[in-house]
Amino acid sequence: MNTFLGFDYNLWWFLVFGAVISGYAILDGFDLGAGSLHLFLRKEESRRIAMNAIGPIWDGNEVWLVIGGGALFAGFPVAYAAIFSAFYVPFMIFLVGLIFRAVSIEFRSKEPWPLWRRCWDIVYCFASVVISLSLGLMLGNVVEGLPLNANREFDGDLLSFFNPFAIMVSITTLALFMMHGAIFLTMKTENRLFVKLHVLANNFIVFFVVSFVITTLYTLLYIPHLSDFFKSRPGWFAIPLLMILTIANIPRQVKVGKYRYAFASSAVTIALLLIMVALEVFPYLLYSPQHPENSISVYNAASSTRTMKILLIMALIGTPLVGIYTSFVFWTFKGKVKLDEMSY
Amino acid sequence: MSVEILARVQFAFTIGFHYIYPPLSIGLGLMLVILEGLFLKTGDKIYEMALRFWIRIFALIFGIGVATGIIMEFEFGTNWATYSKYVGDIFGSALAAEGIFAFALESGFLGILIFGWNRVGRGVHFFSTIMVFLGSLFSAVWIVVANSWQQTPAGYHIVGTGLNARAEITDFWAMVFNPSSVDRMLHVWVGAILAGGFMVVSVNAWYLLHRKHVKIARPSFRIALVVVTVFSLLQLFLGDRSAEIVARYQPAKLAAMEGHFDSSARADMYLFGYVNAKSEKTSGVRIPGGLSFLTYGDFKAPVTGLRAFKPEDRPSQVNSVFQFYHIMVICGCGMIFLSLLGCWLWWKKKLFDHRWLLWVYAYSVLLPQLANQAGWFTAEMGRQPWVVYGLLRTSDALSRVVTANQIIFSLILFTIVYIVLFILFLFLLNRKIQHGPIDYGTKEAIEGGARRDNPLLEHTPS
Repeated sequence: MNTFLGFDYNLWWFLVFGAVISGYAILDGFDLGAGSLHLFLRKEESRRIAMNAIGPIWDGNEVWLVIGGGALFAGFPVAYAAIFSAFYVPFMIFLVGLIFRAVSIEFRSKEPWPLWRRCWDIVYCFASVVISLSLGLMLGNVVEGLPLNANREFDGDLLSFFNPFAIMVSITTLALFMMHGAIFLTMKTENRLFVKLHVLANNFIVFFVVSFVITTLYTLLYIPHLSDFFKSRPGWFAIPLLMILTIANIPRQVKVGKYRYAFASSAVTIALLLIMVALEVFPYLLYSPQHPENSISVYNAASSTRTMKILLIMALIGTPLVGIYTSFVFWTFKGKVKLDEMSY
Repeated sequence: MSVEILARVQFAFTIGFHYIYPPLSIGLGLMLVILEGLFLKTGDKIYEMALRFWIRIFALIFGIGVATGIIMEFEFGTNWATYSKYVGDIFGSALAAEGIFAFALESGFLGILIFGWNRVGRGVHFFSTIMVFLGSLFSAVWIVVANSWQQTPAGYHIVGTGLNARAEITDFWAMVFNPSSVDRMLHVWVGAILAGGFMVVSVNAWYLLHRKHVKIARPSFRIALVVVTVFSLLQLFLGDRSAEIVARYQPAKLAAMEGHFDSSARADMYLFGYVNAKSEKTSGVRIPGGLSFLTYGDFKAPVTGLRAFKPEDRPSQVNSVFQFYHIMVICGCGMIFLSLLGCWLWWKKKLFDHRWLLWVYAYSVLLPQLANQAGWFTAEMGRQPWVVYGLLRTSDALSRVVTANQIIFSLILFTIVYIVLFILFLFLLNRKIQHGPIDYGTKEAIEGGARRDNPLLEHTPS
């Protein structure tokens, strides 16, 4: 077995893929959240500030989705093929949502007419909500598993995607992003808009906690096998425990006005949630509950070891570079939003 | 209609629409680098105004390019699952490299390019502009490498058989530098630069016709004219190189491009014409032996014709390949003619004297766009019936779980969305061009011009 620092390459690439997806959820999560709460902001000026808060960075955040897609395609092509052909319709809707969101940010500011701007506000908000919900829906279905045939291809019908668990995960994802986005915006705004966002952030925290608790209870009661990992390894229970602490820390930091810590806490919460998902599903990328022998795992879906090595080298060179210029861009646009002649 | 045709139509439609924008980003990226370089060197306000005008146009184009590009990355998985499994090891690595090395660079620095004018120093901004341009070039590299591997596979071996067969990398650099990738990449780069260059030519010709922003339009026009002259001549050479590669590695495609059937005969070169694939006859205006000469340097040399291939191994739409190829060549010659004519008139000091010619220049932006589209259609339709040349047939590459109805659904969805998008794009582009460059340096100009774009500009947080 080929290994690197004691782990085989499949596991390494699973970790890289997981890290990229977490990066995507944390980064695009706050701008999707900011988009989803857009219509709660009433005044033109507030909406512009909120949009310009994510203006220079949302595009860089979405790069993580592209890298994640490439990482899955390159490392686990069988899983890439099965997942995207299975989720054909929800994924097309997700992609159309991405198109509309991108162009609404770009188009909105180009004309001053109130009707034009109001229409794009609605498109922007609606697209952000649809993207968040469909991401959650797909995540929920992946966690639960999909019916697969002997060729490791999807063998079920579309309506099965809309099961109670997936819908709950979907709503929880939206709530999580809205909370994350509202906290992000508190760091970028001042005065009355800032006060409004502080209140909104508190409301979304409640929204998130409620939907999270319901989803967790449902999982424990009706899909018990999803907690097998933690039942058999009590030591790892530290992770859910840690997550509860970080969630509890969010309202605490918001209350004392330490929004940066609150934002960090919600970012860590997202990462821990995905780590828990990864621990539960590993070694499977797509589990087939009816026919476990058809499941797609990091071992039977993987590219050759040589490709894995090449990919790992790419990741080792590329990730620090991306990190450096992403931080540089964030640093350039740090602080409260100031509108100027180039703003949206 | 069959799933195969629908999936191909959908892919062609989405990639064709996408391919309007990235070449413009690459070409305008170069123009931005040149304009900003000139501004930094001379400190002349004219260049700053032109630069910041083109940055706004660039932002619009880039936004749509990203939105339509993300679709492409996932369409392989949704519509071409078997293909994805087959080439994942190779194609996937190229795509992953594109994301991490190119797209991240481009999108990261884009924020500074567009929004950073007042936040970073001149040097840092110039650096960001260069990084965005380089990112877009690298992006093209990996995409063209992936596509070239499908045309001329190298550095791989096949593992497994039947449904589980797939290509695995044996030599990464042989895969990256497969026989056609360098030539095709240069060909695509130059095509992209021409797209951006002619856009600058065209917009400035329009300003000159309407006597708007003349002080900015004249130097901008001249700069762009130099760029398109250099690159359209270079393209003549690179196009010929690409055709040689096709002749060597994909003889069926070359034969389809010129409608050549008989392997024992000399091959003619057509200026225009029509191929009847059934009766295997090509008619039109031709240079006898032209293709033989271009391929072997001899007007009488026989060239492999389509009859040398079994019917199921020939491109399925020979006439379309022929027509697209000729559209590309005609557009290419048109670009060379227009740029040389411009240079000659410039030398005669009569560049801006003829209104009719300025009108021609105003529409010249369509030439590189047509050529780019037609070129890709030639490359991709000429590769049929293979999706990976000689290895995997397009009909075997589909997602077997996706039904015709699902594809029709998404095709209708994308058609509607893209038509709306295109209309809005043209509308906004037109409005931006109408507004023209603004002098951001003076208060009056900002109040006169910029407030029109941003009614809330005077907002200052208290």
